[in-house]
Amino acid sequence: MILAGIFDIALITILLACAWLALTTPDLLRAVVLFIAFGLLAALAWVRLQAPDVALAEAAVGSGLTGALLLSTLSVMQRAEARRKQEHASATTEEERRA
Amino acid sequence: MRDLRVLEHHHDDDTAMTPPRLIILALSVLMVVGLALAALSFPAGDARLATLAMAALPQSGVLNPVTAVLLNYRGYDTLLEVAVLLLAILGIWAVAPQARIWIRRPDTPVLAAFVQLLLPLMVVVAGYLLWLGADEPGGAFQGGAVLGALGVLWVAAAVWLSNARRGNLLRPLLGIGLAAFITAAVALLLARGSLLEYPSGQAKTIILIIEGAALFSIGATLTLLFVGGFPRRSDAP
Repeated sequence: MILAGIFDIALITILLACAWLALTTPDLLRAVVLFIAFGLLAALAWVRLQAPDVALAEAAVGSGLTGALLLSTLSVMQRAEARRKQEHASATTEEERRA
Repeated sequence: MRDLRVLEHHHDDDTAMTPPRLIILALSVLMVVGLALAALSFPAGDARLATLAMAALPQSGVLNPVTAVLLNYRGYDTLLEVAVLLLAILGIWAVAPQARIWIRRPDTPVLAAFVQLLLPLMVVVAGYLLWLGADEPGGAFQGGAVLGALGVLWVAAAVWLSNARRGNLLRPLLGIGLAAFITAAVALLLARGSLLEYPSGQAKTIILIIEGAALFSIGATLTLLFVGGFPRRSDAP
């Protein structure tokens, strides 16, 4: 009983820490990884609340699929950023050549 | 040029605690506290709906109360949920450009071999979760999520069904769940005069047919949400 209480308090603390860090970190990749960890811990919380059906859905959709979507969005964003930088760089050399 | 860079830097810094964000944070905290207080103020032990749901369980065709609520007592809600999944894909296809699926040798043989190993296993797990949903936690959504995960892995490993080229397999897969659900609803409406009211004794069969069809649609929908636009096959870049 006491062990379960300690586990629950630890779970809530780590959940809140994950949520806070995911929202405040400037590194987007780290934010996504923290979000996935948050989802898995939330699934554990649902199990503790005796809602295993919701836990399964949370782990699969809330954490797994949303995590995969966010990671793929991140890679698209990085590719767009790289392309923009490349265009910017070629534009600057053009200017320098003209000057 | 320097000004631009400063602007850009300022723009990227979306973790700074500006006054509007602090107000939003305070309001959010207030809402969480309010919700928690409301939840705690509910009279404990007063679960009339739960008692009713458990009492009617023997007639529902299944032994898992969650499945009974989703597919029997509140079947109409689930019907609309399945429709929402289909609408989500149609919405994405309407606005997103076609997504290219590269058919090529994967960067590493490990991924392709891993997917080949997982493929039969995950199909069996999805089917098992569906069957288990009658008595234990599980069901079409959980099984469909496993199929969706399999699809995401499949796409990531750049393995694609050769006959999915023009999506002629995808469309039936996406629609079969809703089609089965609506067919059951209309048939029951005509036969018994009430939408989704299962005849006792056949409830389990009807639920299993609806869930079995929904399983494939949910799996396909989740995979295609990951893919983005309408998948277009592209041979080696």
